Amino acid sequence: MTPRERRNLRNGLIFIAPWIIGFLIFVAYPLVASFFYSLCDYSVLRPPVYIGGLNYQEMAQDPVFWKSLGNTVYFTVLFLPLSTLVAIALALLLNTGVRGMAIYRTIFFLPSLTPLVALGILWMWMLNGEYGVINHVLNTLLKPLGVQAPAWLQSITWSKPAIVLMSLWGVGHAMVIYLAALQDIPVQLYEAAELDGARAWSKIRHITLPLLSPAIFFNVTMGIITAMQVFALPYVISSGEGGPARSTMFYSMYLYHTAFRYLRMGYACAMAWFLFIVIITLTLIFHRISRRHLHYGQ
Amino acid sequence: MANNDVGLSSSSDVKNRKHLMSELELRPTNEALVPANYVVRRKLGAVFTHAVLIAGSVVFLFPLIWMISTSLKPLGQTMRMPPEWIPDPVMWANYAKAVNYVPFLHYAQNTLIIAILATLGTVVSSSIVAYGFSRIEWKGRDKVFLILLATMMIPFPVTMVPMYSVFRELHWIGTFRPLWVPAWLGASAFSVFLLRQFFLTIPRDFSDAACIDGCTEFGTLWRVILPLSRPALAVVALFHFLYCWNDFMGPLIYLIDQKNFTLALGLQFFQSMQGGTPWNLLMAASTLVVAPIVVLFFFAQKTFIEGITMSGLKG
Repeated sequence: MTPRERRNLRNGLIFIAPWIIGFLIFVAYPLVASFFYSLCDYSVLRPPVYIGGLNYQEMAQDPVFWKSLGNTVYFTVLFLPLSTLVAIALALLLNTGVRGMAIYRTIFFLPSLTPLVALGILWMWMLNGEYGVINHVLNTLLKPLGVQAPAWLQSITWSKPAIVLMSLWGVGHAMVIYLAALQDIPVQLYEAAELDGARAWSKIRHITLPLLSPAIFFNVTMGIITAMQVFALPYVISSGEGGPARSTMFYSMYLYHTAFRYLRMGYACAMAWFLFIVIITLTLIFHRISRRHLHYGQ
Repeated sequence: MANNDVGLSSSSDVKNRKHLMSELELRPTNEALVPANYVVRRKLGAVFTHAVLIAGSVVFLFPLIWMISTSLKPLGQTMRMPPEWIPDPVMWANYAKAVNYVPFLHYAQNTLIIAILATLGTVVSSSIVAYGFSRIEWKGRDKVFLILLATMMIPFPVTMVPMYSVFRELHWIGTFRPLWVPAWLGASAFSVFLLRQFFLTIPRDFSDAACIDGCTEFGTLWRVILPLSRPALAVVALFHFLYCWNDFMGPLIYLIDQKNFTLALGLQFFQSMQGGTPWNLLMAASTLVVAPIVVLFFFAQKTFIEGITMSGLKG
């Protein structure tokens, strides 16, 4: 190493030192420790006791574990495609060069700024079975059909779709990303396609979607990671209980209960590692599937 | 595929070509070549687009309007069926009541203390760390940076329990410290990433010129890089502030005493404690939690949109 290289190495390490310290305390150590705890009986109050794979064995037979995993997958499978569709559709509409685009963009974006707790409380009120404004409208519309609007958050069947609905209201964030990506697509591609007689749909299919694919890939990957960890919204609307009948008991909420209500920290760590592996697997599968369809401009 | 043939070399280049192309296209277009119904179709398309967008706007705005409307109604009117739009009488007093009902100002103060300390920490530590990852060439730098990127993928529950026990050993549980100290140690990998990307776009010559003048690396960061990076710093500060303002799980885990609660936690706590919820007061409190963010948004709209675009496109 030349003196210059040595000096640069020293300076570089000095500059990233805060991160190295943070990384060791808040990432590296916790990763190792939580894997160790997942093999232990641990309540925080007393030192951990090694029990081997018992936590993982128990998980396999724990009905609440499976229920919460099922709920979380249900939410992810319903929410991700819907939110991607809605976000792209809104972005496409905004990208047509309509007048007042900035105003529409602000309107669609604003709800995504609402803190999740306030968002949850607001929708609890709107979806209220007795006095909720949404059911009033729905019941008026459904009356001729003789159908009653569901009780949403009090209903085992409808509580999860209600959470999907609430989450869709915050789709504006993804929409802004898609819109920016759309604006980067050169106009002459469309003009060339138009000269060749391409209709709207084939322009979307052969120009827009391929060039949008990196943004879609990014959003969906982040979406998998966040949707699998959904916590605040179900916690707020069920007052932390996951009801009715555990229909809103999501994986992170059950994990939180195990750790901080039952003080079963070892079991919680085992659950966390299982979640980690599920997320990695899902991301890899999605990566595999989408690789063939990805187009990078550069 | 045709897509790959059109190199998106740089956005300014593309924009120039956009103008050129549309000019070139305009000239040879002969009136007779344009189908008669073409203009009509275009117009109809615009009307259709507006119709859909306006319908969408109603759907997206309605909950916010309903929240404000409910917050100004007397309790009896909130439960009237069919629901009424206009509060009658308009109960401004609901806000005064809500502020006492949920100890709002106290929670706002707690939230601000945490958010300001954490945001400051994030801006300071992330710019120093990002400088080390972008403006100094050292062996293995980019490999270490990959580790930093990878940490963003780790779900919070995985590190939650050991972090809790570390903070417990330090006797920090029940204090604000677990919520802001990590920010001073570059814990926001996302902010480091964003700033590094920005620092990389600053030409090398700028810092070389400083070097000739005998500036140290810290001097270069302070006098050259940071002044040029104001937009990126604003994005990082804004996003981290929002993160703290909205964070629910962190305060839920680390704060014990009700008087230390943040707004998000306090609002949830009061909602779940009360049987027969006075919805008008809850909506008033929720409005007060949402309002500062909306105001912030209108002041810094460009920063918001740029920030989201920056984070989304370079992933």
